[in-house]
Amino acid sequence: MSNHMSQAGPLLEVTALKKYFPIRKGFFKRVVGYVKAVDDVSLYVMEGETLGLVGESGCGKTTTGRSIMRAIEPTAGEVMFRDPELGLVNVRELSKDGIRQIRRSMRMIFQDPYNSLNPRMTLLDIVGAPLRAMGLAKGTELEDRVAEMLRRVGLSPEYMRRYPHAFSGGQRQRIGLARALAPNPKFVVCDEPVSALDVSVQAQILNLLQDLQQDLGLTYLFVAHDLSVVAHISDRVAVMYVGKIVELARTPELFTTPLHPYTEALMAAIPRPDPSPRAKHIVLAGEVASPANPPSGCYFHPRCEYAVDQCSAEEPVWEEVGDGRFVKCHRARELSLTGAVQVPAMA
Amino acid sequence: MGDTMKNVAANDGADALVELKDLRTYFHLAEGVVRAVDGVNLTIKRGRTLGVVGESGCGKSITAHSILRIVPSPGQIEGGEILFHRPIGANGASSACELIDLVQLKPDGPRIRSIRGNEISMVFQEPMTALSPVLTVGYQIMEAIILHQQVGKHEAREIAVDMLARVKMPNPERIIDSYPFELSGGMRQRAVIAMSLSCSPSLLIADEPTTALDVTTEAQILDLMRDLQRDLDMAIMYITHNLGVIAEMADEVAVMYLGRIVEQAPVEPIFFTPKHPYTQGLLKSIPHLDEVVKTDKADRRLWTIKGVVPDPYTRLRGCTFHPRCPEFMEGVCDQVEPPIAKVGLNHVARCHLYATTTAAAAAARDQG
Repeated sequence: MSNHMSQAGPLLEVTALKKYFPIRKGFFKRVVGYVKAVDDVSLYVMEGETLGLVGESGCGKTTTGRSIMRAIEPTAGEVMFRDPELGLVNVRELSKDGIRQIRRSMRMIFQDPYNSLNPRMTLLDIVGAPLRAMGLAKGTELEDRVAEMLRRVGLSPEYMRRYPHAFSGGQRQRIGLARALAPNPKFVVCDEPVSALDVSVQAQILNLLQDLQQDLGLTYLFVAHDLSVVAHISDRVAVMYVGKIVELARTPELFTTPLHPYTEALMAAIPRPDPSPRAKHIVLAGEVASPANPPSGCYFHPRCEYAVDQCSAEEPVWEEVGDGRFVKCHRARELSLTGAVQVPAMA
Repeated sequence: MGDTMKNVAANDGADALVELKDLRTYFHLAEGVVRAVDGVNLTIKRGRTLGVVGESGCGKSITAHSILRIVPSPGQIEGGEILFHRPIGANGASSACELIDLVQLKPDGPRIRSIRGNEISMVFQEPMTALSPVLTVGYQIMEAIILHQQVGKHEAREIAVDMLARVKMPNPERIIDSYPFELSGGMRQRAVIAMSLSCSPSLLIADEPTTALDVTTEAQILDLMRDLQRDLDMAIMYITHNLGVIAEMADEVAVMYLGRIVEQAPVEPIFFTPKHPYTQGLLKSIPHLDEVVKTDKADRRLWTIKGVVPDPYTRLRGCTFHPRCPEFMEGVCDQVEPPIAKVGLNHVARCHLYATTTAAAAAARDQG
């Protein structure tokens, strides 16, 4: 995929990213195996776009986000990032100092608005922390920048001296967003930013994320398990299963004509806010495979209703099957699967 | 027992199983009184599913806890009735039933304990916290069976294995001796459901049973609950904030906001012709998949209900939704408590928009 890395290339390109957690046993803590949380993930994110990353719990979507940020150390792979100041860098090879610098332009927001804010810091300290740590501002300038950030995320600057406990879940998520955006980043990993919020607040935060993206030219990697939310906010969506991306496509294509049986099953399982059809689910049998002891061949084959002998014998390759569409399935070209949304009739 | 128990004719409210009448459950805290449940009227019908939907803090869980009389201290039921139409005779075969007001029972007395977990049981949101980590799944299921049914250990074990098989647990004879940590989230929730169904309850209260689960597992559990409901003919009170799940599971829906039911109707009118501005707002603020092909991502914005749920200590005058309501009528909504208006067949909304008396009052005010 290195051809995407030309002049007008992607902002971020991840190649063969791996994160293995060792399983240790016995007195000598001998390594007896690995949990392959992220196993050979490749993707790219264009400037200004939102790439959604969906999958069920334990599929490695959060670990992927964190490995890209180097919040945890990846086992292998390459993370190329086009930093506005450092130029094109491999985040994997950065020194501690380099990481600190890159944190200006690569930021992260978290799922739990209650645990991700220090209860003993005021909003000024929380939102100002990255600015202070990077030496970007201090004193009154710092206060001005914090006030500006709070205003941007829809909070009153008067709240600056207050502590997080005085705020609701939605407001805390805004505070987390202000902290992430304070150093004026290019790229933000949003890890389940709305899944802990109520429906009415979720809508406010999703709209805010989109407004900020347009105003500030942000690029998002949006990690979530809720397909409707991901469909709403993403330009393209990657579907993960047991540490691997099984399908990646532009949002409308993925939701109308999925190519991987897991994508189809995932979509069929979404509870729809529509009581009329009582549509029948394809209820997937069995459970998600363990990343410590995955099945042979295609990891999905024990649960796949389309599986043939080849599926249990050999692992399918990650291949491009059309304009920017990627899939990892032996039968992708022959199956015709049902999406979550009907293809609109041609006018 | 006195007046807490009356024998009533079978066809008096034939299909009602549990009726809540003006139920009020308050929490007296140092900061003030939290009216968690503030005058709720509900009827749960035999063999049907009532969906209760609302955002966190609306009182939907406390309503359920009130029915089982397990409201945590300092909360207490301040008023109202919870009428349980308890069938007389084995397995409700007889058509007669006695009427018990659960509010009048002692929360730790023998009568409520014979009902709780037996005739009315509950499935909680987090299957790991609902199960004891130091006891086997089988022990925990058998405990309920031995407590409520006159059976010995061996028989209880057989019933437990049968229940685990019913909830489609793979390998029930082996699973019965495993500990909760050995099971996945979906399997734990199956075990909890098996436990709650082991005494064939006439009402199952399910409080967000699938919220902690993945979508594919959620679909399995929802399917399972529908099948079991059909087989066992039990009523389900399904509490959730997920409108998609409500649309799939419920026959009737009650929408709650700040301790009150603001709209109640069969499931189709709630989704197709919602009347209360809060219900309308909730439905518009969730992302719809069809938009993916209809609109450009850049133009896609969700409808939002302005503001946030007010803190529980403040008591708003008039309609509690008025500060956030797009249909707010000054002088009416912030002054007068809205009456319950009939807006369709079995469809009620607590809103001034549909109240004939307030419309007249508004007209009068406009003239004056």
